Order: sequence, then structure tokens, then C-alpha cells
Amino acid sequence: MTMTAGQHVIIIALVAVGTMITRFLPFILFPANKPTPKYIQYLGKALPPASLGLLVVYALKDVNVLQGSHGIPELIAVILVLAVHLWKRQMLLSIAIGTVCYMVLVQAFF
Amino acid sequence: METTKETAIKALKAAFPQTIPIMAGYVFLSIAYGVYMNAFGFNFLYPMFMSMLIYAGTVQFVAVGLLMAVFDPLNAFFLTLMINARYLFYGISMLNKYRINGLKGAFLVFGMSDETFSINLTADIPEDIDEGWFMFFVTILNYTYWVSGSILGGLFGELIEFNTKGLEFAMTAMFIVIFLEQWLKEKSHSSSLLGLGVSASCLIIFGSDNFIIPSMIVILLILTLKKEPFMKAGETK
Repeated sequence: MTMTAGQHVIIIALVAVGTMITRFLPFILFPANKPTPKYIQYLGKALPPASLGLLVVYALKDVNVLQGSHGIPELIAVILVLAVHLWKRQMLLSIAIGTVCYMVLVQAFF
Repeated sequence: METTKETAIKALKAAFPQTIPIMAGYVFLSIAYGVYMNAFGFNFLYPMFMSMLIYAGTVQFVAVGLLMAVFDPLNAFFLTLMINARYLFYGISMLNKYRINGLKGAFLVFGMSDETFSINLTADIPEDIDEGWFMFFVTILNYTYWVSGSILGGLFGELIEFNTKGLEFAMTAMFIVIFLEQWLKEKSHSSSLLGLGVSASCLIIFGSDNFIIPSMIVILLILTLKKEPFMKAGETK
């Protein structure tokens, strides 16, 4: 290792501070005791569903449809999760069945 | 009147089941993270303190590479801001819910991971459950799973026999279920479709390492230039 322990501490501290800036900044910029600008209030309502959409894509970002298993196990498991959830609407059940299906697929078939 | 303790225990009982899929995903990923650092010769104190202080999976894996490269603190700082910029969106979305004073409120913001955010944003909390305590327990349970897995992986890395390949899909499945629940409940799908469509397009154009910032910019631009279709976003039936 090329770095000293002190340099390690600096890097880790900066990554921690950088992460906390991204988490705390909106709350610091728009504190509770001051009226939040109309535009930010609008974003506060309009952004959440879009953020959840971004998260779904983020969770599937490393699926490669051109190589390896071509994303087939992911596609099957995602469809199963959607189907089970539309049928029963039990969050844990949908997640458990989808995950077990995915594990069987990647361990035994792909 | 309930005592604070009773209120808290009721909230814990309601919060725990919501975190079970995250427990599966976090314990698996954080053990993998500890094993990964261990394999590069880092003492278990590294994954332990990094999980405790940073508590953000993607950037923690990236930071391992930074620790083994040439000392470049500015690069580490700006790379972190870029990778974690999506938390700004979560913060704006949670401005009202996370307005809790004191340490409890600060901890909610500190522990706002992707998974914790999505649960606390969308959970149907029963009326007799205190919302602040509920969100606090979701946050601290998830944090505990992540930190303990990192310690275990860092300590006993080589001893653990894995046949848990694919277990990380628990979190993907959870995001999909949360998205679907939002979809079934909302009056207008405009914002959901916008997030999904823009992110997927940016993923194809910019690739998996670089798509988040362009996605955020395009989503913000569209929300700013065309407000009318998104006024009802977030309203439920």
C-alpha cells in the first residue's frame, strides 16, 4: 500500500463528509423555521415518484442484455415480482418469491 | 396515555417487518464488502468505520479503490459528491417528513440510504403508530444490518462459505414492489413515468457508471419547464 494510515483517514473522512453534504444540504438550505420557496415545495411533491423510478433503473443498471445471460434471469424475476405483487399485494411475499426465483436461476441455470 | 417507551416499542414492532428484505440484502452486501476489503489486506476496522461513518454502499466500494491508489483527496471528495448526488433528490422529497428536531431528526437524514428512503417515503404507517419513531427504527435497523455485516465480513471473511449468489436481488425486488405500490396508489403517473423513462434513456446513452447525474438534470429540467402535468404527482387516490 502506497498511502500512510493518516492519508487513509483523510480519504475516508472526505468520503464521509461528501456523503453527508449530499444528505443534509436540502435540509440546511430549506430549514423548518423559514418558508420553503414555492418551487421547492412543488419539487417536493413532483420528485418522489420520479426518484422511485430512478431507483428501479439504478437497481438494474448492471444488467447487460448484450452479454452473459442477456438479462434473462432479471427479466423473469422482475415479471414474477410484478405478477405476485399484483395478485396478493403482500410486499414480503413478492420480494421473497422473486429473490428465491432469481437465486435458483443464477445458481442452477445461468 | 402511552408512555414514550410503549410508543417506541409499538413503532419498532411495525417497523421491523418492513426492513426484512433490506436485512437480507444489506447483510449479504455488507459481508461481501468486508470480505472484499479483507482480501485487499485491510484490517476489519476499515470496513467497520467506513460503514459507520459513510454508510453508502456504492461509494464505499469505490473508496476501497481510492485507498489503494495515489493519494488524491480532491478526487475522492468530488467523486463522492457525484456518486451520491441522488441523495439531494431524496432530501427534497423528504423535507416535510424528516422535519423532526434534535438528534432523532439528524439521524434520519444521516441514515437516508436508498432503501431507507424508499421505505420511509412510501410506508403506510397505521394511525396509532408514531411516524417519527417508525421512521427512526427503520433507519436504525437498516444501519445496524449494514454495520454488523461489514464487521463480520471483515473479521471472518475467508471462513464464510457462500452459496448466496443472487441474494442481492432482494433489494431490486423491493424497489420494484415499492415503485408498483406507488403506481397503483397515485392519481397521475406522469412523474413515475418521467423518472423511469429518463433514467432508462440516460442509462442507455451514458452507461451504468455515468447516467445518474444526466438523469437528475433532465428530470429537473422537465419538471421545471413543464409544471402542469406534474402538479398532481404524489397525490394518492
